[in-house]
Amino acid sequence: MLRYLVRRLLLLVPILFGVSLLIFFWIRALPGSPAESLLGERATPQLVQAYRHRYGLDEPIYKQYWAYLKTTAQGDLGVSVATRRRVTYEIKQRFPATVELAAAAMLFAITIGIPLGFLAAKKHGGFFDNASLVATLIGISIPIFFLAIILKYIFAIRLGWLPSVGRESITSEANHPTNFYILDAIIERDWAALGDSIKHLILPAIALGSIPLAVIARITRAATLDVQNEDYVRTARAKGLAPSTVDRRHVFRNALLPVTTIIGLQTGLLLSGAVLTETVFAWPGMGSWLRDAIFNRDYPVLQGGILFLAIVFVFVNLIVDLSYAIINPRIRYS
Amino acid sequence: MRIVSTKLVVTLVAFAAFVAVGTAGGASGAGPTFVIAGASDPTYLDPALVSDGESFRATEQIFEGLVTLKPGSTLVRPSLATKWSSKNGKDWSFRLRHGVKFQDGTPFNAKAVCTNFNRQYNFRGPFQDSTANYYWQAVFYGYKHNDSSSLSKSLYKGCTAKGKYTAVIHLSVKSSSFLSALVISAFSIQSPTAMKKYGANKGELRNGTFYPTGSYAFSHPTGTGPFKFKSWTIGQKVELVRNDKYWGKKPRIGRVIIQPISNNTARVQALQSGEINGADLIQPQDVGTIKKNKNLKLLNRPSFNVAYVTINSSHAPFNKLAVRQAVAYGLDRAGVVKSFYAGRAQVAQEFMPPQLFGWTNKVPKYPYNPEKAKSLLRSAGLSLPVTVDFWYPTNISRPYMPRPDLNFQAFSNSLEKSGFKVVAHSAPWRPDYVKKVNDGTAGDLNMIGWTGDFGDPDNFVGTFFKVYHPQFGFRNAAIFKVLAQASAETNIKKRIALYQKANIMIMKFLPAVPYAHSQPALGMQKKVKGYVPSPVGTDPFAGVYYGGQ
Repeated sequence: MLRYLVRRLLLLVPILFGVSLLIFFWIRALPGSPAESLLGERATPQLVQAYRHRYGLDEPIYKQYWAYLKTTAQGDLGVSVATRRRVTYEIKQRFPATVELAAAAMLFAITIGIPLGFLAAKKHGGFFDNASLVATLIGISIPIFFLAIILKYIFAIRLGWLPSVGRESITSEANHPTNFYILDAIIERDWAALGDSIKHLILPAIALGSIPLAVIARITRAATLDVQNEDYVRTARAKGLAPSTVDRRHVFRNALLPVTTIIGLQTGLLLSGAVLTETVFAWPGMGSWLRDAIFNRDYPVLQGGILFLAIVFVFVNLIVDLSYAIINPRIRYS
Repeated sequence: MRIVSTKLVVTLVAFAAFVAVGTAGGASGAGPTFVIAGASDPTYLDPALVSDGESFRATEQIFEGLVTLKPGSTLVRPSLATKWSSKNGKDWSFRLRHGVKFQDGTPFNAKAVCTNFNRQYNFRGPFQDSTANYYWQAVFYGYKHNDSSSLSKSLYKGCTAKGKYTAVIHLSVKSSSFLSALVISAFSIQSPTAMKKYGANKGELRNGTFYPTGSYAFSHPTGTGPFKFKSWTIGQKVELVRNDKYWGKKPRIGRVIIQPISNNTARVQALQSGEINGADLIQPQDVGTIKKNKNLKLLNRPSFNVAYVTINSSHAPFNKLAVRQAVAYGLDRAGVVKSFYAGRAQVAQEFMPPQLFGWTNKVPKYPYNPEKAKSLLRSAGLSLPVTVDFWYPTNISRPYMPRPDLNFQAFSNSLEKSGFKVVAHSAPWRPDYVKKVNDGTAGDLNMIGWTGDFGDPDNFVGTFFKVYHPQFGFRNAAIFKVLAQASAETNIKKRIALYQKANIMIMKFLPAVPYAHSQPALGMQKKVKGYVPSPVGTDPFAGVYYGGQ
């Protein structure tokens, strides 16, 4: 197990080197530069040239890459061209928001998706199964952007139950020592702030969780259908075990293995920043930040932000792989 | 199975409870706090180092300049200076307001004024970054020591404090337009004490980007304005509180919160749900939604922009006046304004909005006339149709051009009916399109526009046509000369006459065809009173109050 872990961690080095190369050259392959983005209509050729020269953007590309590698290796991800803040500072501010939203969305997806898929498999071919298939198809196909606007229209504008933007009420004076607002509210024992933060999480979490919910439900259904026809399940039933015990001990637990993989992959994707959801809900996370960085050709943000997310993605996958051993003791790593 | 069902029920109940927690309470936003949403965070809050509207939205409340604009207009009026005069157009004497203090208690006086102007004049290295110190470069052209050959000799020469309450600004050449430019937040007077204490002049290059290393620009901006800085949570809000020691009429609201909401629909929905009290940058398609809502109202920002079609005169046959006139007659400008601006624009007949001095109705007019356009093309010795490369931007909506694609289609149709064969080209607005337009490589014709920064014609016609620009590709010495004269003239009547003359000359020469002055909109809750939108976008919040307050 330890050897496996070390090997996976060592693999991070070539992966991150590859990612850094890809990001660096992909960004520079995009036409234009930060100067034109920032100056807009006011970007005269003279100003743009002066900018490029001052910031070394007219240096040979290998020199630029070497400079980038050197500073990145020292943990310096640079300064945002648009906001003039250190990229590491912005990550510290924004990543907790993304994690909180991703966790809430995944909680929503798992809580609804797994029971839905399991129940559909148990009622295979029946009305509930067909209805769940249609519902999950809609869940996968409906654009998040559209769903978000509809949810906001119903719950924020018409009913006035839930807020439509932000992580907390704009007039809130709550303290945020960690920037994880739910955690902060618990640490500070500020229950009003906790309720406020949860209220702000609901709509974005539902919008963002709709696709993972549908995927998880479908995988759970398929896996359950596969497992319940296995010989060991038939044997358990033949031994006279109660159906609920068979379902719990033999069907459900074995069906969870592929579901875990999907949950891991979907979590990695959610943590990579939910661009549309964050934009529509004015959620100050990584997704909306990176989106703005693309428009602004904000090289340091794109380089640093994407590299950071690549590391997160790799670690989430590692955790998922390790969790297999917990769910299924037959799996051993060497 | 029973267990699974039970679990499912428990799960659903838990989720319902989760939702129920969320449904307790309602939307916030009333009381003495005014919440307004823009599109993004400020860059930072040192007005000398920013040039974007979102930064100025906050700095305008914290800081004041020597002069300001009469609310809702472009007329210059006293602010920290009560009077000003110049005998020779080069030395401008400002009489300062007595009894004013900065928010940190530092007295406001002539020395503070000179410190502020000299600070920018003496900027070196990274502080001369064009994206950081744009307005100094746009108004004063250069520094005491220019670090780049692209900078010109500075218009600013120095500042003398004559006693406590008279500051004299010395210019290297005669200029009048600089006075109107002083209304820009970039020339606000900041507390010398706070700037020194919190390292306003500290900054460095890191990985090619300038950023301030002191904390002044992020958490200690200090001016003389009606509101004081309280906090800034990146991506969420900038919070200001009333300056109870303000020298002027004190605001009736106690707190201002500026929230960045980049998505236009999200901004309108937040207004509808009552989470915010006001929203700027309302798109034409959302105007109807706000008008229909009984709790909301629409405010009009006075038009202070111009949309135009560039004609690159360096390209044959557009170097011929008759061909440029044919383009002007071939563009159905009235049709475009009527169809795509939701009734919120007027047809532009010259390159500055009508409320600006120097505008004249005596310019040549070019109403849509396809037959006249064809006849002009034939008179220029051309056989029809004349091929024209026409560019338009994608992925963008500008206040003066909400839907470039629709404008382009309509213009293409009208040009095709007028003897032209249009070859369409497009590029994403940022950064490709703007670069091409500025470089003069965006075809024979292209669509672009301008929003004014301050209330002086020099900021419109002077910006476009005072010197050679590759975008337009012409060198007309007569136009260059009259615009330079107008910029320097200190007698206002003579200035007006010179700009009127320049407008007539420009519209005769036709380096481009102006087509729209649009009227941007803001959405407000009906209970918000006293909000006066500024033509240049820097709205003061000090006069805002709630109905019945």
